[in-house]
Amino acid sequence: MAKFTNKEERKVPGMNTSSMSDIIFMFLFFFMVISNMRESTVMVHQNMPKASEIQKLEQKSLVSYIYIGTPLDAKKYGIATRIQLNDQIADLSDIAAFIESERAQRSESERALLTTTLKCDKEVKMGDVTDIKQELRKAGALRIMYAAGKAKKAY
Amino acid sequence: MARKKKSVPALNSSSMSDISFLLLTFFLLTSSINTDKGIPRRLPPMNDKPKENTIKIHENNIFQVLVDKNDRLFFDGAVGDIALLKDRAKEFLSNPQNLPNLPDKKQVNIPLLGEVMVSQGVISLQNDRGTSYDIYVQVQNELEAAIKELRDEMAKNKFYRSYSDCTHEQQEAVDKAVPSTISEAEPVGVKEGGKK
Repeated sequence: MAKFTNKEERKVPGMNTSSMSDIIFMFLFFFMVISNMRESTVMVHQNMPKASEIQKLEQKSLVSYIYIGTPLDAKKYGIATRIQLNDQIADLSDIAAFIESERAQRSESERALLTTTLKCDKEVKMGDVTDIKQELRKAGALRIMYAAGKAKKAY
Repeated sequence: MARKKKSVPALNSSSMSDISFLLLTFFLLTSSINTDKGIPRRLPPMNDKPKENTIKIHENNIFQVLVDKNDRLFFDGAVGDIALLKDRAKEFLSNPQNLPNLPDKKQVNIPLLGEVMVSQGVISLQNDRGTSYDIYVQVQNELEAAIKELRDEMAKNKFYRSYSDCTHEQQEAVDKAVPSTISEAEPVGVKEGGKK
């Protein structure tokens, strides 16, 4: 008579995890595409104003940032409003050189499309912003954007 | 002797997912998902001889918006509420009843639209050095909203669809018919800034 019962112990077969890495890689690529690298650590207070009529920037590679606000490290930089270019606290006179270096990184055709995003704190006074705008005008960087958070339409 | 066929042993890929997880967490930490949003503006070009560019604009074509250092908003020569600014700006720019104290209109031939009356009004925005950036952005936002709504109305009138649903050419035509004329006043006098 044939035996119907198997003498060997029944084991749960090992799960095939080879596709797991594919899934995770897919995640990875998804995040790489939708996100932009944090290019510099922000050293000034950033509490953006809210606005409802905001637009998205199409090309992130064509944006240079100017951060404006009171320094996080008040002991080192004081409590007055300061500008941050790239990774360091800078002065008004450095803006022209900054715009020049941003331009030099782009190709000839892209230079005209370069946008400067002003990331200002809510509490910044317009006098400081106006000074920066004048510097940008002198440097010929005329496309600017006032960074703002999304606000709901009140009416 | 019979030759046995050698089989390549399967590569152990269980650590592959660990590696990719590591990469994933690295990118999650170093990247920021928040996209750049804001109000785009164009600065007027710097000119060495500002006197030449000064164009006299008739008084009824200027809508003065002023914010003082205490963040008080003035328009029409009195303290105004920011909630009313958008409607006032819309009324100024469209001038529906062709009132003489509101901006003149000029007939312009625009492709796709034909003969359109284009308002000659300029919104002049003036602020103090002590004005806070928050209020400034709110005012810019309200003015932007006014222009956007006027464009939307124009698009619905002419193309029977909202501005955002129009084609690129149609949007350009509407942009010409309802120009965005927000001029930021220089400290001295009112200059036609050509702010877009």
